[in-house]
Amino acid sequence: MQRRDFIQLSGLGIGGLLTANIPVMGSNVSSDYLSEMTSRHSGMDNAAKKRLADIALNAAKSKGATYTDVRIGRYLQQYLFTREKQVQNIVNAESYGMGIRVIANGTWGFAATSNVTPDAIAKCAETAVAIAKANAKLQSEPVQLAPQKGVGEVTWKTPIKKNAFEVPVQQKIDLLMKVNNAALDNGAAFVTSNLFFINEQKYFASTDGSYIDQDIHRIWPTFTISAVDRAAGKFKTRDALSSPMGMGYEYLDGLASEKIAAPNDLVGYRNSYDMLADATLGAKQVKEKLKAKTVQPGKYDLVLDPNHLGLTIHESVGHPTELDRVLGYEANYAGTSFATLDKWKSKSFNYGSKLVNIVADKTQPNTLGTVGYDDEGVPCKQWDLIKDGILVNYQAIRDQAAILGEKESNGCCYADNWDSVQFQRMPNVSLKAGTEKRSVFDMIKGVDKGIYIIGRGSYSIDQQRYNFQFGGQLFYEIKNGEIVGMLDDVAYQSNTQEFWNSCAQLCDQDDYRTFGSFFDGKGQPSQVSAVSHGSATTRFNGVNVINTGRKI
Amino acid sequence: MAILTKDEAKKILDKVLSYSKADEMSASLSGGRLGNIRYARNAVSTSGESDNLSLSVMAVFGKRSGTATINEFDDASLEKTVRRAEEIARLAPENPEYMPMLGPQTYLAANPYAESTAKMTPDFRAQATFDSLDPCRKKNLTAAGYMEDSTRFTAIANTKGLSAYNRETSVEFSVTVRTADGLGSGYATRDVTDVSKLSTKEATEIAMQKAQASASARALEPGKYTVILEPAALLANVDASLMAAMMNSFDARSADEGRSFLSKKGGGTRLGEKLFDERVTIYSDPTNPEVPASPFGGGGGGGGQGRFNGGSDGRPQEKVTWIEKGVVKNLSYSRYWADKKGVKAIPAPANFIMEGGTQSLADMIKSTEKGILVTRFWYIRPVDPQTLLYTGLTRDGTFYIENGQIKFPVKNFRFNESPVIMLNNLEALGKPVRMGGNLIPPMKIRDFTFTSLSDAV
Repeated sequence: MQRRDFIQLSGLGIGGLLTANIPVMGSNVSSDYLSEMTSRHSGMDNAAKKRLADIALNAAKSKGATYTDVRIGRYLQQYLFTREKQVQNIVNAESYGMGIRVIANGTWGFAATSNVTPDAIAKCAETAVAIAKANAKLQSEPVQLAPQKGVGEVTWKTPIKKNAFEVPVQQKIDLLMKVNNAALDNGAAFVTSNLFFINEQKYFASTDGSYIDQDIHRIWPTFTISAVDRAAGKFKTRDALSSPMGMGYEYLDGLASEKIAAPNDLVGYRNSYDMLADATLGAKQVKEKLKAKTVQPGKYDLVLDPNHLGLTIHESVGHPTELDRVLGYEANYAGTSFATLDKWKSKSFNYGSKLVNIVADKTQPNTLGTVGYDDEGVPCKQWDLIKDGILVNYQAIRDQAAILGEKESNGCCYADNWDSVQFQRMPNVSLKAGTEKRSVFDMIKGVDKGIYIIGRGSYSIDQQRYNFQFGGQLFYEIKNGEIVGMLDDVAYQSNTQEFWNSCAQLCDQDDYRTFGSFFDGKGQPSQVSAVSHGSATTRFNGVNVINTGRKI
Repeated sequence: MAILTKDEAKKILDKVLSYSKADEMSASLSGGRLGNIRYARNAVSTSGESDNLSLSVMAVFGKRSGTATINEFDDASLEKTVRRAEEIARLAPENPEYMPMLGPQTYLAANPYAESTAKMTPDFRAQATFDSLDPCRKKNLTAAGYMEDSTRFTAIANTKGLSAYNRETSVEFSVTVRTADGLGSGYATRDVTDVSKLSTKEATEIAMQKAQASASARALEPGKYTVILEPAALLANVDASLMAAMMNSFDARSADEGRSFLSKKGGGTRLGEKLFDERVTIYSDPTNPEVPASPFGGGGGGGGQGRFNGGSDGRPQEKVTWIEKGVVKNLSYSRYWADKKGVKAIPAPANFIMEGGTQSLADMIKSTEKGILVTRFWYIRPVDPQTLLYTGLTRDGTFYIENGQIKFPVKNFRFNESPVIMLNNLEALGKPVRMGGNLIPPMKIRDFTFTSLSDAV
């Protein structure tokens, strides 16, 4: 339908996407318009929004709603797509409207409208109540909403330094052309590069007495470089080692102070990314990949870079600890979870080794999941999911808190647009760094037979999150404490609990940085969300590595 | 209802084009209704319906193009949108791969529209859901399901005289049934153009049987097995799949550029080579009555279709044979790449049809000495684009077959396999069924590679 479209990329997909489809919401606008709308927000008339929100709250109440929340949302998106010497596409899009969620007769109802005028708002509220009452006939238990004290009239903004929507499009095209040229000059056969910018302007109001205005920014620069050996009939790719961030255009400053040195000229990027340097290095590495030695399958000690480990955390800890999956709400699509309530209640389920401390956090600076308040008006916080290796908590929202015997929500409710209903989405889920001083150089020195893996590659995990298989972008063989060369055809297969219990060593906070997933999909109809996963380089002992090379 | 007739749509499009001051202009009007209902834990969790009607205008000056969209249709709004598209086009960078718009085209008479689906109401959706929930509740099983219906139209026109109109309907239904103890899980999915051909009860009963029969699965050693893959294991509505992955890789440009499984060693493509078992024949045809599809499509200048890629370029969808008796017969082209290569610009297909045999699934099981029956695969992701190697897992009903009979349920496996290798290790093809708008037969494959076990149910 027209509610959202997908940019379909022909040929190879870009790095880090579930498929080669990139969602776009709303209507085409000009870049000047986006720039105007993103700047205007700071001076937006919140009194006017409050008046519109109150119309919805009152209308729903008069029709019989016992709880109502309203989201007035303006979602701005700018995406740039290039290949080699040319711009393929520039998307400038805006989606604006209001979503109204109610509880009536103990049941949720939701309706949304793009017509944000008093009459249409009242009608929309009425529809939401009617849907709630209709569905109430099929329900057996009423919704139990954890209480949330109203926070009054408040605002929150992503603390950006440079608003990406105010940076001229030509400057962005110039950057991508430089990146492409750097790749081509260093031997790449093909290169695609992209910039994604998102600004969510959300006004939330609820019958709890909250009026919350938020201005949220996200950025993702990425590329895919290809090398081809026509004589051998082989090709390889290397994706950018950037991370999507909850930052402004300043992420692209490439500050030296945010670079973390690693073996073989590798660079880890903390909160600032040097796209040109990464493309130059990437082109050299992709050529090396064409000649890399194929891996001998077997057990290896893995040294996993944060830009790789983030996805493993996402899939094997982030998703299984979503309470809606644990309870069965996602059974027909993404699946359920092995991390069942009985394991949590036992207070002794060894999810991982004692070194494994995993936190959920919606307050960490520069990350994708950080906001002031979630999409049901709950102030954001940090909490433990796994402490000293033991499963201690889940990700829950207001209508799930009672199931855990909790009195308050964890604040991780999110909707990807004003016209989608909010539901439980993953907060940032991160592995704490080690407390002993240790660099990645130190860590590799202690490994006799291992593989050092960098970057996001192929990934797959079962519907209860037991068995997984991950690839990567770059693989280096470690022998007797030293890197001896590049490997190819590497993937590791493990079981979540076994894997996290093989966690043997952590680098320290100086090595810590975040990985991110920009278009994480969940729900039917599917909604996207963006989430970060922090870690330092981490060692896992005796993991099963397979060889993925085949002949056809 | 936002379904405009051909004449109503043409009137608006003609007016839009009459305002054009650009070198070339195309306009696309589309709209419809989307309805859905979702349930889990034997109760409805969400349900909704939305209407939409939207106009997209693409203006072109030389090799610069710009697109604007709007959902108001008075004369002033239409003209304003044309001017905005023109402004955006003037400021856009040149696209060296831009191809001039097509003139009038001839289209096949396809009919992917059914009145029964267009008439669906919230009550109808609730009843369909009840038909699925009720038998599960009665048997102490837990159902989670989703049904989505769509009724939509697209009309396109340009200043070169091209004009096309299509309306279509579809309904997708899926249900996962689990036993109360969580040890058994079964799945079924259906998709239809005409909702009168959908029985949520019939599909749910299959999922119920599989849930009950799959409880207390036994572990088999991973390795190479003969497998019978049901159609939902080969194609999926909701996830990547082995057959879609392969058919999506029939792009000529990637092959010519040396980065596809269809690239030839030393340069060029493998067009004309026999890459599969000789029983493999796959074609596309928008007029097939079982899987009717839009008779036009084709990407714009950028990469694909849709408003943000400049809209459909209006190329006709014809009957095209992609693989005939194991031989690669055609590849798809962007208009730019076809022009550069001096060949016909065949668009990527809107559906595909794989020829099969006459055997039912039961017949295929009966003729199997030892093997594994797979209901579906899940979390399928590319491992190596060079060989189209994919990984993923079995899910919701995996069974061991011996001497022509299902013996016992088995624990789920992870596989690492390429559809290219799979279609060379073909033992038998069953009767094709509709899946995700395509026709695909169940397949019996030898030496399918399972690499590890999963505890997931």
